[in-house]
Amino acid sequence: MAEQYIIRLKNLTKSFEDTRVLKGIDLDIRDKEFVTFLGPSGCGKTTTLRIIGGFTEPDAGDVFFEGKRINHLPPYKRQVNTVFQRYALFPHLDVFENVAFGLRLTKTPEEQIQKRVAEMLGLVNLKGFQTRRVEQLSGGQQQRVAIARALVNHPKVLLLDEPLGALDLKLRKEMQAELKSIQQRMGITFIYVTHDQEEALTMSDTIVVMRDGEIQQIGTPQDIYNEPKNAFVADFIGESNIVDAVMPEDKTVTFGGKTLPCVDVGFEPGEAVDMVIRPEDLKVVPLEEGQFTGKVQRVIFKGVHYEMKVLDDTGFLWTIHSTICEDAGQEIGMRVAPFDIHIMKKMKKRRKKSKEKAVSGEAVSKEVEGKK
Amino acid sequence: MRKAVAAPYLVWMAIFIVVPLGLIVLFAFTDSSGAFTLDNIAQVGQYAGVIWRSILLSAISTVICLVLAYPLAFIISRKQENQQRTFLMLVMLPMWMNFLLRTYAWMTLLEKTGLINRLLGLIGLGPFQMINTQGAVVLGMVYNYIPYMILPLYSVMVKIEPHIIEAAQDLGADNISVLWKVLIPLSKSGIVTGITMVFVPAASTFIISKMLGGGTNLMVGDLIEMQFLGNAYNPNLGSAISLLLMILILICMFVMKSIDTEEEMEGMLL
Repeated sequence: MAEQYIIRLKNLTKSFEDTRVLKGIDLDIRDKEFVTFLGPSGCGKTTTLRIIGGFTEPDAGDVFFEGKRINHLPPYKRQVNTVFQRYALFPHLDVFENVAFGLRLTKTPEEQIQKRVAEMLGLVNLKGFQTRRVEQLSGGQQQRVAIARALVNHPKVLLLDEPLGALDLKLRKEMQAELKSIQQRMGITFIYVTHDQEEALTMSDTIVVMRDGEIQQIGTPQDIYNEPKNAFVADFIGESNIVDAVMPEDKTVTFGGKTLPCVDVGFEPGEAVDMVIRPEDLKVVPLEEGQFTGKVQRVIFKGVHYEMKVLDDTGFLWTIHSTICEDAGQEIGMRVAPFDIHIMKKMKKRRKKSKEKAVSGEAVSKEVEGKK
Repeated sequence: MRKAVAAPYLVWMAIFIVVPLGLIVLFAFTDSSGAFTLDNIAQVGQYAGVIWRSILLSAISTVICLVLAYPLAFIISRKQENQQRTFLMLVMLPMWMNFLLRTYAWMTLLEKTGLINRLLGLIGLGPFQMINTQGAVVLGMVYNYIPYMILPLYSVMVKIEPHIIEAAQDLGADNISVLWKVLIPLSKSGIVTGITMVFVPAASTFIISKMLGGGTNLMVGDLIEMQFLGNAYNPNLGSAISLLLMILILICMFVMKSIDTEEEMEGMLL
């Protein structure tokens, strides 16, 4: 059974000075899987990656690679290669020698080196760049060199630390698709670190959502998006309306004096919960047909849909994504299907006000520009 | 306007650099009556031993400085920023004291009845002959010039991102490979600057060899000093030796410079 997992992390903890960065990470990673560690900065995702790469040792806990404990194995003895955040290419070497670096260390015969480097440069679409100096390359090209350099050694696992962070949106999209196809063609495990939820949803087989050194949820992109385990995950992955509510009984939820049917069961009668509704699951209906009502505050055009901010009588500001556009100041009704209401146990800790979330790319709104 | 601002510097350079250099050349090729002669240059040949010793001792000192300073500069460059400042200050602290005083201090330490020999005497060793040896001269030069090696090395190493080293380790490089394949190539300009800054003053020093080397370990600097200030008073010969020393140093600097720029030249040609 154990062989199906290429990497297993057992109760990893790590502190830097007084800050506990990892508080007990347990994770099994299957061979040939595309796994993404997703979370805001400071959640411990990069530290976890560095422990797998061998650049940081955990304070406690174990790292297993193909069933063997590798806690103290130095990076150069691991069958793992890394694509670093800022590429970390060797400035004194040209493109060919950067890619050939790992092969030269293992004293690979020259004709082998020529063949494999050419193959890798082909894979990342950099044929003909062999003799270029790395500082003459654009960010996207440097990133491709970094990927080729890491893959040429045929690692069993490739670690990628926010590799697309410095690229512009269009290039990032291209590279996302390319990385995914490289991963499938090479048939190796990719462990990818990002704070961009969209990137995670697009590429991953499995997403590991992290926060404050703890894993919040592990699942497929669909699971994570459709069945977030708690309000943090719901909020971090896509946009959400998170409302304080109470479960008087199974399949019923009340908030602000209104009672709605839902499908969730298994809560204590009268338990305080978080009710999460995705903005696209809220239907705009005529005032009298609404399960609850509110007044449109502002409307933002987002390309494929409108985003409306609607204030209800309890003072909660709802976010609605709809192809219908209502004018600001209009009173509207809102409906939500029972299975689109997600009930979650209250989080132990108070949610932080400031959340670091990648700004959704397609948004063509003033609000987004304002944030930048 | 620009010319007007530069003028005082040009005058300064003319008076204090160009004119003295011209005088040295003039003196080197004339005798005491002012007539042209090649005798001075010819006489330099008899001091070949001294010149060779100067170059050898300063080369040894330079190598020792490099070997000691390289790991130290690397370690400092990997520290946190405020610790880096502390370490650099410790490196430069001895330089706040006068060069002569520092060398005097070594004299008293190394003497037959000096502190080191007395301490060794307590555990039943020695006394050793330490002062007035070539070793003492090398020690004095290493001690005095090592900051000039550490500083340029540090300034290039601090620019080497930790990620670059990690990338090399990640690709399978052990510590020795990281040193030879990444650190040394990336710190080459610092190595060249450091070598130049240590070798040139070491080759022309005269105080250190005089004070720590006794009378027997003369260096070119001492020789020149003797021609101008000593009993052997002969400024024409002194100028000739100076001229030769300058040419030797220029050749050394040119060689070092060409090692340093080789890479960039290649890059530019491509």
